[in-house]
Amino acid sequence: MEALPKITFAPPKAPVAKADSVHAVPRPMVRLAPVIPPAGRFADPIFKGLVLACAASVFAIVVLILIELVSQSRLSLRAFGFSFFVRNIWDPVSGDFGAFPFIYGTLVSSLLALIIAVPLAAGVALFTTEMCPRPLRSTLSFLVELLAAIPSVIYGLWGIFVLAPLLRAYVEPWLARNFGWTGLFEGAPYGLGMLAAGIILAIMIVPIIASITREVVTAVPRQQREAVLALGATRWETLRIGVLRNARTGIMGGIILGLGRALGETIAVTMVIGNSPQISKSLFAPGYTLASVIANEFTEATGNLYLSALMEIGLALFIITLIVNGLAQLLVWSVTRGMPARAIG
Amino acid sequence: MDNDNHSGQETHVWKVSFVRRLVNSAATVGMACAAILVVTPLVVIFGYLVYRGIGALNWSFLTQIPKPVGEPGGGMANGIVGSALILLIASAIGIPLGIGSGVFLAEYGRNRYGDVVRFTADVLNGVPSIVIGSTVWGLLVVTQKHFSLFSGAVALGIMMVPTVTRSTEEILLMVPQSVREAAIGLGISQWRVTVSVVLRTATAGILTGIMLAFARVAGETAPLMFTAFGNQFWSVSPNQPAAALPLQIFYYATSAFEELNRQAWAGALVLIVLIVGTIGIVRLVASRGLMKGAA
Repeated sequence: MEALPKITFAPPKAPVAKADSVHAVPRPMVRLAPVIPPAGRFADPIFKGLVLACAASVFAIVVLILIELVSQSRLSLRAFGFSFFVRNIWDPVSGDFGAFPFIYGTLVSSLLALIIAVPLAAGVALFTTEMCPRPLRSTLSFLVELLAAIPSVIYGLWGIFVLAPLLRAYVEPWLARNFGWTGLFEGAPYGLGMLAAGIILAIMIVPIIASITREVVTAVPRQQREAVLALGATRWETLRIGVLRNARTGIMGGIILGLGRALGETIAVTMVIGNSPQISKSLFAPGYTLASVIANEFTEATGNLYLSALMEIGLALFIITLIVNGLAQLLVWSVTRGMPARAIG
Repeated sequence: MDNDNHSGQETHVWKVSFVRRLVNSAATVGMACAAILVVTPLVVIFGYLVYRGIGALNWSFLTQIPKPVGEPGGGMANGIVGSALILLIASAIGIPLGIGSGVFLAEYGRNRYGDVVRFTADVLNGVPSIVIGSTVWGLLVVTQKHFSLFSGAVALGIMMVPTVTRSTEEILLMVPQSVREAAIGLGISQWRVTVSVVLRTATAGILTGIMLAFARVAGETAPLMFTAFGNQFWSVSPNQPAAALPLQIFYYATSAFEELNRQAWAGALVLIVLIVGTIGIVRLVASRGLMKGAA
């Protein structure tokens, strides 16, 4: 009995009826809707075009780098073909070039760096996110970030004057005495060499791996931890089962990102690796990397073929880092966007 | 017998939990050790920079140009000024490009084109600095037929772009949609909304990204080797080879002269003060909550 009069007493009816008959009210309403402020009609497309040009230039820069590298290394590409990358010879005097010693040096120094850096970076990242007392947390992550801010040339300086003498006097003789039988630690302990390069690179890539690990671990939902904890797991077991198992794809991405950085690192490595294109099983021996041969010999390169060979090394470096970084991005995205984490669990 | 069995089981249960506790403690200790091991090099490097750098740092280091090799004294004044000029021009190139493409990604880039640009920015971020240096050499130095300050600035400017782009995009996405809608509701045109409202709100965050990009390229040596090249004399012309602080540190550190090695440490101290100072300002701005105004 109350509902009935309320339905019939609908207030909108009156205005609608009015709008149909009176022009003054609906006219401006019809006009207002499609009006664009006059300034925006021309300025909007111009502004959009401007920022689009900026974005396109980012794309253009990358394409330009690729074109420039290919065109500059044309001479060497034609002279040596694919065998450039597998030939173990670097003879500027007779104009015979092969990049194998540099590829070897780059791979060995980067892998050595990963072996040292991964446990440390994972450890420090887990410590800051899961175990560290709260007040210490931001300080510790700031310190690790600061490690990333130190320029390459300062790492190199420190490597030459502090790390290398330390290795020569204490660490390398000790390694030779105790692990000499492996063949990895023999010969004269110079200090400067593959081992020093590996250690410096490790220090440089720890912040990258640690920050990605921290990001990925924080992205693991809290329920995962709580569920494992509720089953009576210790803190470490919670971490291992509830967190690491979910985050491992992302951590892998961080590791590969660190690898990408190590592969392309130039100055610090050039300063400590010894710069000699030789392949030796011993980590005490000097080596050479793709990046450091460019840094060292580019301005001294006599002859177009020599220069072109160095440019081809640059091209190889570009393509390698492109693949490595692309892979790393995919892995990190897949976790932080929460896509295949389920499939792994 | 029953009793025996029971006690045996108890020992068993206790043993497992003991092992688990042991593993737990070992893992905790291991992680703490990793943290200490990571922080140690930082402390040692800064310690050496201050210890070796202060000893070699004096007024003439900051005000004089290098003396001929073998003569004592001299400084890196030309390197400091050269670096400042290179960074200034690099910022003038890299920052507008970075902000522009960041705006594109945040405001117009929620589509396939945006994804392409986003991916290329990440690729550019990963390109080794030496490769960027040799590319700019091929593009500018070869065509100009001489090394120049400007070409070094271009190389560093290119390196700033991806960092500024991605940080700008991130910050702009933090600006709430309601702010944009409110501005549009007032009848302001789209571009004014972006420039006067969205960018204005995000200023502090964008500045942070710029400073981080600046700190990143300030210490770069490799891209300058074949572009700015280095110079023993005063030169502020963009068209001439220029000295730069990181380059001088590199050449002095690898030199056989002890006096030059000493100056390399002083140069390194100046460089790290510049970089850590920049990062300190960033942290200050961020902690003041100005950045949170964007959220």
